[in-house]
Amino acid sequence: MQMLGAVKDSLVGSLINLTGPGKYVHWGFIQISVANLVVIGLMVIVFFAAILIPFRRHGGRGR
Amino acid sequence: MTTGTETPVESGAGLPEDSHQLSAKLRGAAVAALPPERLMPDRQPAYVASWIYVFGALTLSALGVVIVTGLVLAIFGPSWWHLSTTGLFVNSLHMWSVEVFFFAMVVHLWGKFFMAAWRGRRRATWITGVVSFVVSVGAAFTGYLSQQNFDSQWVSTQAKDGINSTGAGAIFNVTNFGQMLMWHIVLLPLVVVALVGVHVLLVRLRGVVPPFAPPDAPATEAKGTPDSQGEVGPNSQAVPTEGRS
Ligand code: HEM
Repeated sequence: MQMLGAVKDSLVGSLINLTGPGKYVHWGFIQISVANLVVIGLMVIVFFAAILIPFRRHGGRGR
Repeated sequence: MTTGTETPVESGAGLPEDSHQLSAKLRGAAVAALPPERLMPDRQPAYVASWIYVFGALTLSALGVVIVTGLVLAIFGPSWWHLSTTGLFVNSLHMWSVEVFFFAMVVHLWGKFFMAAWRGRRRATWITGVVSFVVSVGAAFTGYLSQQNFDSQWVSTQAKDGINSTGAGAIFNVTNFGQMLMWHIVLLPLVVVALVGVHVLLVRLRGVVPPFAPPDAPATEAKGTPDSQGEVGPNSQAVPTEGRS
């Protein structure tokens, strides 16, 4: 169990280092954490993907 | 049970002599507004074949996972979800499904915003969506306050000044753990589920909003919004529909 924990810690730790204060973007009076900015960016990407990627339609009448 | 007059009863119409009863009137109104094939249709208009229409159902599914994992947390209690690996896992499922819920909800509402999906007597659908969003933020907030860690202490002490400045602090005390937990696990989930229920029923009641007419469509077709369930509006003829919309 301990081994597993150590492996997990090093795996996740190597992806994103969460030790230390959070990172923020300052832009005039706007201040936002990088984490929140990333989520907003992903939402924009998913929004456009949802509009642009064709929706496969299966069988049935009609087109 | 055999009454000899099963047909009208079984078809939902009831017996003529019962028609004055409240049950018969309520059932009649409900069935007239949302007959089963409209409540759970097999087909949708052709324009619904786009990924953007998936995000309402995705939000709904995420909410389902939030509720089920929340119920599991309630069954086993705080020491389980803080200390056991399974408990921590279910706690994480609860938290991450909330992330998916809000993510999908925002993409959903952007989609509906750019479709102007409040057209054609669909105002209430939009409004119940807006209110669900606001109440969900409250549910997430009280969830953060229910974590019993330094994070929740920090959140509550930051929030108390804001809430006290509104005057609401006297009845809604964010540093009162018991009160916040009750709001999080009883009151706000009930409200969110009720609002979402109305929201989805309204979608079925009104049908999916037809797209805007293309810019080169004849003026008569392009103007006006659908004002009835029959979709008298842009593209009502131009777009082949499959089944009831
Ligand atoms: C609480 C989270 C929500 C859930 C579970 C939810 C669920 C749904 C579902 C399943 C649909 C039908 C499928 C679709 O078109 O995607 C729908 C439609 C709709 N939603 Fe939501 N929704 C939520 C939040 C919102 C929000 C925040 C808004 C806008 C502020 C909104 C506005 C609408 C509108 C206007 C429609 C009707 C679209 C039409 O008639 O064509 N919803 N919602």
